[in-house]
Amino acid sequence: MKPIVKLLLEGGSLNTAQLAQVLKLSEADVNRQLDELKAQRVLLGFRPVLNLAHEDSGVVRAVIEVRITPERGGGFNRLAERISRFDEVESCFLMSGGYDLLVFVNGSSLQKVAAFVSEKLASIEGVLSTATHFMLRSYKEQGFLLDVKTEEAERLKVSP
Amino acid sequence: MDSSRYIAKHVVNLPKSGIRDFFEIVSKMKDVISLGIGEPDFDTPWHIREAGIYALEKGRTHYTSNLGLIELRRAVSKYVGENYSVSYAPENEVIITVGVSEALDIACRALINPGDKVMFHQPCYVSYSPSVTLAHGVAVPVPTFAKDNFALTVEALRAAWQPGCKLLMLNLPCNPTGGTCDRAQIEAIAKFAIEKDLIVLSDEIYSELTFEGVHTSIASIAGMKERTIFLHGFSKAFAMTGWRIGYACGPATLIEAMMKVHQYSMLCASIISQEAAIEALLRGEDGMKKMRDQYHRRRDFIVRRFNEIGLKCHLPRGSFYAFPDVSATGLNEKDFAVGLLQAERVAMVPGTAFGANGSGFCRACFATSYEQLIEASNRIERHVQSLAAKK
Repeated sequence: MKPIVKLLLEGGSLNTAQLAQVLKLSEADVNRQLDELKAQRVLLGFRPVLNLAHEDSGVVRAVIEVRITPERGGGFNRLAERISRFDEVESCFLMSGGYDLLVFVNGSSLQKVAAFVSEKLASIEGVLSTATHFMLRSYKEQGFLLDVKTEEAERLKVSP
Repeated sequence: MDSSRYIAKHVVNLPKSGIRDFFEIVSKMKDVISLGIGEPDFDTPWHIREAGIYALEKGRTHYTSNLGLIELRRAVSKYVGENYSVSYAPENEVIITVGVSEALDIACRALINPGDKVMFHQPCYVSYSPSVTLAHGVAVPVPTFAKDNFALTVEALRAAWQPGCKLLMLNLPCNPTGGTCDRAQIEAIAKFAIEKDLIVLSDEIYSELTFEGVHTSIASIAGMKERTIFLHGFSKAFAMTGWRIGYACGPATLIEAMMKVHQYSMLCASIISQEAAIEALLRGEDGMKKMRDQYHRRRDFIVRRFNEIGLKCHLPRGSFYAFPDVSATGLNEKDFAVGLLQAERVAMVPGTAFGANGSGFCRACFATSYEQLIEASNRIERHVQSLAAKK
């Protein structure tokens, strides 16, 4: 793994100047490396991780198990990519086991998500069945605990 | 009534730890970035904590054998065998202690007759000299030097040796210097120990945090297992300082002697900590390596920064401490550390807290976040520049 990628994962929210200082590069070099990673599609982007319950965002999220028909030559890819392109779809994975795709979707209301499933997703030719599970509450997002107060563990300021 | 006259003489004469003086100053200040901490910034990995919780849930709240849970001693024996190339029988060559500190204390009390001399390299962990004194022994410090990257040399051992020396205490990699010895140096020290008929107490608490080369335990050198007490614990590598859990491995007769002291003073280590320690040994390796990698990268950063700033700093091969030379500022280590704290609110521990020959150096712990290290190094830079401007 490239040093800059390791540092991005490890350093949390370091800004470009801080990244440059740790890596002993100029800020321009850091930006150039980040651009390269983006061009290679290694670095896809940055997003904040929010506790949506506090934002009163009204976002409804669901996980959908989708069974699809594999196609000669392309397997599951064409359909999976097609499904992934919908704005409502946050992530989409090919799975082993009882269904083929696990699709994470969100929408502004339960009705909108339901409509997406019945009108857009289920009606695609090749989609055999869907099973939709609405998320009720989140406990951990992208490695961050929610609602659990992460008190700064008290370390003595000086110890032997 | 003056109650102080009741205190035992050897306790009255014990110096107060230099760290405590410094702690008093720092603890009264706000917004301090502290590089003065001697423990990991990571909390104990969750699976280990969870094992402790589970131990409570299933009613593991009783005494254990004095030597410790046999399951833990077996795990220790396996871990030490695999990682340090020396095998100990879990039945009678391993004892579980309340941290390495207790292991060191009971080893001293079990082995030292009044007046026996004990060698240890300095700068060193703050409790070595007092442990010897409390066991009525005589401390014989052996200096290590920046020019050797603070490795212990046989030349220094020979120069310091005197008739009556019985024990040699090693702490490699070393707190506070990060210095350690390669295999050839360890072999030379082993030869010296055999020649002078010394028992070696080898505190290898930082051994997993060795960044360059392979850590060699002196116990694994031919002829040394029989005269070495291997001391280790979970505090540093597994981020378990507060659990107070460690162990000693050695010849059965010496472990039995240590066990006598242990059973009449400590009885046994906390069973909850012992259960958690089993989990750490069986499944903690990946998490430990992840933490080590992070310390490694942070070390490279902070050492480079010290050298850029003009505080000459050798590359510590192990531990999570950098030990920069601050004498170029024209100040001694105490004045520098206090000045830095007052002007920029960054805490480093003056090297003399770890022995007289730590003079001119400060200890900086890099087990803290990148943000803090970056900010601390920038503040130190500003302070050093302002000192230079005043000159």
